[in-house]
Amino acid sequence: MTEKPRIYLDNQATTRCDPRVLAAMLPWFVEEYGNPHSVEHAMGRRAEEAVEAARAEVAALLGAEPREIVFTSGATESNNIAIKGAARFVRGRDDARRRIVTVATEHKCVLESVGDLAAEGFEPVFLPVNSDGLLDPDQLREALRTPTLLVSIMTVNNEIGTVQDIPALAAIARQEGALFHTDAAQAAGKIPLDATGWGVDLLSLSGHKVYGPKGVGALFVRRRPRVRLAPLFSGGGQERGLRSGTLPAPLIVGLGEACRIARTEMAEEAGRLTVLRERLLSGLVAAIPGVRVNGSMRARISGNLNLTFPGATAAELMERAPELCLSTGSACSSAEIEPSYVLRALGLPDSEAARTLRLGIGRFTSAADVDQAVASLAAAHARTPVSADA
Amino acid sequence: MIYLDANASEALRPEARRAMLDALDRVGNPASVHGAGRATRKMLEDAREAIASRFGGRAADLVFTSGGTEADALAIHGLGAGRRVIVGATEHDAILASAPGAAILPVDRAGVADLAALDRLLADGPPALVCLMFANNETGTLQPVVEAATLCRRHGALLHVDAVQAAGRVPVSLAATGSHALALSSHKLGGPAGAGALLLAPELASIAPLMPGGGQERGRRGGTPPVAAIAGFAAAAGCAVESNADRLGPLRDAIERAALAEGAVVCGAGPARLANTSCLALPGVRADAQVIALDLAGFAVSAGAACSSGKIGASHVLTAMGLGTLAAQAIRVSLPWNVAEGDVRAFIAAYRDMAARLRPMLASDAA
Repeated sequence: MTEKPRIYLDNQATTRCDPRVLAAMLPWFVEEYGNPHSVEHAMGRRAEEAVEAARAEVAALLGAEPREIVFTSGATESNNIAIKGAARFVRGRDDARRRIVTVATEHKCVLESVGDLAAEGFEPVFLPVNSDGLLDPDQLREALRTPTLLVSIMTVNNEIGTVQDIPALAAIARQEGALFHTDAAQAAGKIPLDATGWGVDLLSLSGHKVYGPKGVGALFVRRRPRVRLAPLFSGGGQERGLRSGTLPAPLIVGLGEACRIARTEMAEEAGRLTVLRERLLSGLVAAIPGVRVNGSMRARISGNLNLTFPGATAAELMERAPELCLSTGSACSSAEIEPSYVLRALGLPDSEAARTLRLGIGRFTSAADVDQAVASLAAAHARTPVSADA
Repeated sequence: MIYLDANASEALRPEARRAMLDALDRVGNPASVHGAGRATRKMLEDAREAIASRFGGRAADLVFTSGGTEADALAIHGLGAGRRVIVGATEHDAILASAPGAAILPVDRAGVADLAALDRLLADGPPALVCLMFANNETGTLQPVVEAATLCRRHGALLHVDAVQAAGRVPVSLAATGSHALALSSHKLGGPAGAGALLLAPELASIAPLMPGGGQERGRRGGTPPVAAIAGFAAAAGCAVESNADRLGPLRDAIERAALAEGAVVCGAGPARLANTSCLALPGVRADAQVIALDLAGFAVSAGAACSSGKIGASHVLTAMGLGTLAAQAIRVSLPWNVAEGDVRAFIAAYRDMAARLRPMLASDAA
């Protein structure tokens, strides 16, 4: 069997580092290896300037001020700092609020961060979603009748690509005096972000989901009024004491360039991906009657499809189309064969979740890739014997 | 600019650069099951194997982190639970700030931990976690970690060793030292910043995460690992050879001879220390004035640790060594692995010039 060229359709798991990002990072890896905290000498100061220029680019993409941006190792760390940091800071104060509200379809690191806090005396609340993946604002209002410390709701879901109405949800939280955090890792570069205008207090970002490098991310921390956090770990006191450790200047420069490209090209890219996704979906629907989309098509980023197939499991399709890089759900858990908890929250029975694939197209996906993906999946589906379950 | 601040960040090794470039050209999340994901995962696991075996441990017992600070914090979080914590007085801020209530293990005037005091501290109280660095970042002083590990094991204590500055410069092995955990940092041994590791003793390898997430690193550290930085880390660890000390030692000694002739004091001289590091105090001249003068002359050195650069004050390391006012008058010169002899000669000339200019200025100030 000849090896077919790989087609990458897993852009919600990670994205290819954009060649322009790579080019921007390289000098900072190779010639300019100064520690950005060594401001006493010229090499350190140059690295510091590069870090600050990147901070301004990140802030511009998020709709924030540069000094509201804290660099981290990625969205998982940003989410941990935001959630645990806000809770632990309040615990040290004269404040009786212990409730933390999140949603059943959040990324695992949010669910685990919130869940971990139960052991520290906090009260986690996990809200359900509608069958389209969206949160009913009344559910949030109801939960906030008990005085609440923090609400954490992701902007865009990593499995089904649905977009929550963050400005409206943040307004509800603010009205009730709760802090509002949003994990925007899957939203950055896909939809316009406006941390200030949306009225959120904390917002998380990941480098490798926006065609930047792995190992870097950011957390927006509102300054007016100032959001106070306890650090997750301490040390040299970098990032105003919120996040100790030497800043990886090259990775940060890469994140800055990725954010600059995202900001300038987002509208055009989203338009192109919408057309490509329509081509992918209509091709699959024509080739495999009965294919169904999970999650709202109205409130959804343009690069994502989450499809339940008739008569073939995701594992069977992936095995028969090995040239396609796609997944059954979030990458972190894709080695597990557990049904997706996101699909369960939408009300899918496990038998349907097992027949579901996530297809994520992105900046480097071509129309030819899409056509080949349709042909490969159609052929894989045709070769799958009809199982009893279907 | 001649770079003599390797303890803040080592010069990148070409092997690390190549490994990173290769990794950056690939796509794929190492947790994904498809072909691209599996290729990335293999790169990650090869790196894990290479780094673990390089530093005397097993791949399964190595947790990748964002760097040395996070590795230290993870060790204290995971191994310190339910134990009292004892830290060396000259530890890095990553340790000191992670264990605010810790008992302090004193050091002598050369910066070496007092083992008799450790024995007393361990005997007196419930089971402890001891944090003792392999080599100090400001003076290069090597700590008696093997002896400390023996004491710890005798008293049922755990020993965490911050080997960030030592790894790649002197032989470092988790197994050979008998310690329970080692913290490592990529950019201190010639790899890129943004990756580090905690290498654990097999019996302690299932450590509670500081940062849970998608279950990566066997549940010990959430988040997509920085694959490219890790590939560079592994490549750098493979080619950072301890024998380079044979070349750097004489160059460092030449600097110290010249500095002594100018009236400088070498802090931490005497006991074994890193061959690339020199901590030079010039009595009566503030450290920041020395660093600024050398910076203007084109030399990158530092006053103490990089993380605290920009803060003016006495080094906690030198203060713990009992150096008094000298603690605010010392600069750190740390030679990168690839320093040229000519650069060292040029630095010696610049140091003489700096010392000659700043000392009379001080005398006239005093007058």
